[in-house]
Amino acid sequence: MGLNMPARLKLFIPLILFGVLALFLLRGLSLDPKELPSALIDKPFPAFSLPALGTEQMLNQDAVSGRVALFNVWATWCVSCRVEHPYLTELAQQGVAIYGINYKDEDAAALQWLQQLGDPYIANIADREGTLGLDLGVYGAPETYLVDAQGVVRYRHVGVVDERVWTTLLQPIYAQLQDGGEG
Amino acid sequence: MRQVCAVLLFIAWGLASTAAQAVIETYEFSDAQLEARYQDLSGELRCPKCQNQNIADSNAPIAQDLRKLLHQQLEKGASDDEILEYMTDRYGEFVRYRPRFSGATLLLWLAPGILLVLGLLIVVMTLRGRAKPGTGEQALTEHDQQRLRDLIAKAEKP
Repeated sequence: MGLNMPARLKLFIPLILFGVLALFLLRGLSLDPKELPSALIDKPFPAFSLPALGTEQMLNQDAVSGRVALFNVWATWCVSCRVEHPYLTELAQQGVAIYGINYKDEDAAALQWLQQLGDPYIANIADREGTLGLDLGVYGAPETYLVDAQGVVRYRHVGVVDERVWTTLLQPIYAQLQDGGEG
Repeated sequence: MRQVCAVLLFIAWGLASTAAQAVIETYEFSDAQLEARYQDLSGELRCPKCQNQNIADSNAPIAQDLRKLLHQQLEKGASDDEILEYMTDRYGEFVRYRPRFSGATLLLWLAPGILLVLGLLIVVMTLRGRAKPGTGEQALTEHDQQRLRDLIAKAEKP
């Protein structure tokens, strides 16, 4: 911005500023501010000791680790959970290990839901007070965590898991983790 | 009279806005100082669900949970730093309205200073450019000056 800059060039300053601003705004269009990075990525799944849904048998982090699995945070009060439920059932049929975290819900309602809509979960952790949800950094159901065989959180998806989310986001990491575990 | 009305309106507006900030549940504190810290921290922690509100203003379930947790931790005697660390361990740096100074937040913290310096530079340079009265004359090329002299000479001839 020297004074001896030719006057002609100075005329282009607004255009250049506009161009830079437009680039930033264009980038902003493809960003989703609701998608927050999880603070738990590459950290161990938080320790917990909570009952399995519908029983008094206690589950802890060791009981649910040992293989690559999805941890799906759901509740009967969560409308989007109903939307993703059929797809989770489909995934379970394909052999994907899915654990449920029944988040701030009532056991009776949750059990009835599973009876009516089908149960894709290997086991359900009954997180009645939302304490595990808090340690995971859950801020709204549904959320799905991809955890590897060593019990380390690798990915978190907020929102409905459907075919697009599975094939573009979760499945590649899932396959990679499984290969790593076997090799 | 008009001034009195304006003052009254201003007071009413002030009262209305504080009422709008109040949250639904109330917590009992063993110490007034804890309550003051609760107000400060709940104003500084950001609600992860409704992103442009702090947890004091938001009525989202997660904000209620975080307020409850904040109250519990304050009563347990946790320091401000411990509480903020607990929150960022779970929800990331996003949860703070005043994030820690680090590589990722470097630009965020330094941008106001950089822009201020840049603005001052532009002001100084513009003012300097104006202060030099001779520049306009010197900007004429030799050819232009010759033309100017010719024109003046022509005009002076009757």
